[in-house]
Amino acid sequence: MAEAAGRIEVRDLTKRYGDKTAVDHLSFAVEPGVVTGFLGPNGAGKSTTMRLITGLDRPNGGAATIGGRAYDELAKPLTVVGALLEARSLHPGRSARNHLLFLAQTQGIPAKRVDEVLDLVGLREVAGKRAGGFSLGMTQRLGIAAAMLGDPRVLLLDEPSNGLDPEGIRWVRNFMRQLASEGRTIFVSSHLMSEMAVTADHLVVIGRGRLIADSSTQEFIQRSSERSVLVRSPDRVRLRELITSEGGTVQDAVGADGDGGDGDGAGMVVTGLAAPRIGELAASAGLVLHELTPRLASLEEAFMELTADSVEYGDRSPR
Amino acid sequence: MNPGLLAAEWTKIRSVRSTVWSLIAFVVVAIGFSTLVAAVINNNWDQPGNHPNHVTLVTDPTGLIFGAGFGIGQLAIGVLGVLVISSEYSTGAIRSSLLAVPRRLPMLAAKAIVFAAIDLVCSAITVFAVFFITTSILSSHVTITLGQPGVTRACLGAILYLTVLGLFALAIGGLIRHMIGAIATVVGLILVVPPLITLIPGTIANHIHGYLPTVAGSLIGQTAQQPADVLSPWQGFGVFCLWTAVLLGLCGYLLVRRDA
Repeated sequence: MAEAAGRIEVRDLTKRYGDKTAVDHLSFAVEPGVVTGFLGPNGAGKSTTMRLITGLDRPNGGAATIGGRAYDELAKPLTVVGALLEARSLHPGRSARNHLLFLAQTQGIPAKRVDEVLDLVGLREVAGKRAGGFSLGMTQRLGIAAAMLGDPRVLLLDEPSNGLDPEGIRWVRNFMRQLASEGRTIFVSSHLMSEMAVTADHLVVIGRGRLIADSSTQEFIQRSSERSVLVRSPDRVRLRELITSEGGTVQDAVGADGDGGDGDGAGMVVTGLAAPRIGELAASAGLVLHELTPRLASLEEAFMELTADSVEYGDRSPR
Repeated sequence: MNPGLLAAEWTKIRSVRSTVWSLIAFVVVAIGFSTLVAAVINNNWDQPGNHPNHVTLVTDPTGLIFGAGFGIGQLAIGVLGVLVISSEYSTGAIRSSLLAVPRRLPMLAAKAIVFAAIDLVCSAITVFAVFFITTSILSSHVTITLGQPGVTRACLGAILYLTVLGLFALAIGGLIRHMIGAIATVVGLILVVPPLITLIPGTIANHIHGYLPTVAGSLIGQTAQQPADVLSPWQGFGVFCLWTAVLLGLCGYLLVRRDA
């Protein structure tokens, strides 16, 4: 029961702005106790989905629930869900403390909690200053303080490391891990695969408002990283024939390694055939190999490839 | 109504300088201009051109006393009413507000109640300050007391008018959301539209003019009904309240329906 209380469920969610579909029949669930990364290129619909979950925008179809209830059915929503959406969600003329104070008052949260969360994010000293004078990093931390105000069991964080320095980014990452280990639900969006790879246990990947992947981070990385093997051999022509006849694909490697004086050229990149099999083939034909290196595509490459078809601005042909 | 929402709206209003300054501007301008006009009338009492003022001071003393100062001062209330809601949209603070109160209508209700209360208190202070300052300035020539027929009603009426005006502006601010557009609309409805309508000849235009929100609403600040008035003071105030109620209802309806 406690598990279900922090579960986010998105069912068939659809949102259109004019004739543009931002979120397209999206369904997934976010479980408590882990950090779930919400990944997609810019414009994929991540922020819109977060706005729909928190009731800021009204969906054209489908629904999102938190612990089985729509956000606007929660009597004191900030004590259940903490959300960091766009950083500039505050009046620049209002002090950090007053911003948090009015939020606390709406939920019946005691005013001393305001100072606690200010301490938590390290903004106590500037609490009386106008938030409009804050740097992006400070504004982001104030947003995190607001999200933590009600000690919620669910946290929605939209690009939380935006504007933070490396130390701040690490702080956010550890903070999210800590919160997840306390059994909370952490749903965090990013357009950077590399960031999510080290932060998230589970990934929900979308592109153009549609679900692309929903799996554990490890599974996602394994499945989406295309394996290739770099092969260098003096007998490249015969080796190429062998590999091709076994179902592998051969491309000439491009790169600065060039010809090492051994007549191998830049080598070949083989896909569709694992390194051991290539070695066996070469041995059985009596061919010499100078290099046989399995390579994993970088995560960033894998992600780019996966979402290549869904990048908003990528393929707009001019009329 | 959750009292926490009222406390929150009070925190929002008091913690932003522009709202505090608009209120101060209203009080200072309304008292200042009314005092100035009373002083000028008093000092030029025996000038031949001043006779119409003498007549007005008998037939509609509060209309004259409140006229200049509140004519200008009410703009500050109008701007403030727009600001308390449209500044949330222009700054993005509305997202924080609605995350905290996702049902939305309770937030609008709390905002309206708190702002109306502040508006009421400031208007009451201003109206009675203006009344006692100006009547004492003019006391050597004319005696105006709260006991005279219609005078107390006019003073209370001026307070009510300014309070409802704030809500009227708040509703427009919530409907238009865009701060500059909403301020222009409110100022236009107060200052520009009424004189434009009077330029149209004929009695129909006269009736349209009489039912315009601020024209109808401000009647209640007059001591007695004037010959050209289409409505009685209370009828006029009722019409103004109706305008405001309809706009607030529309504002609430759209607040719930629209994306934040």
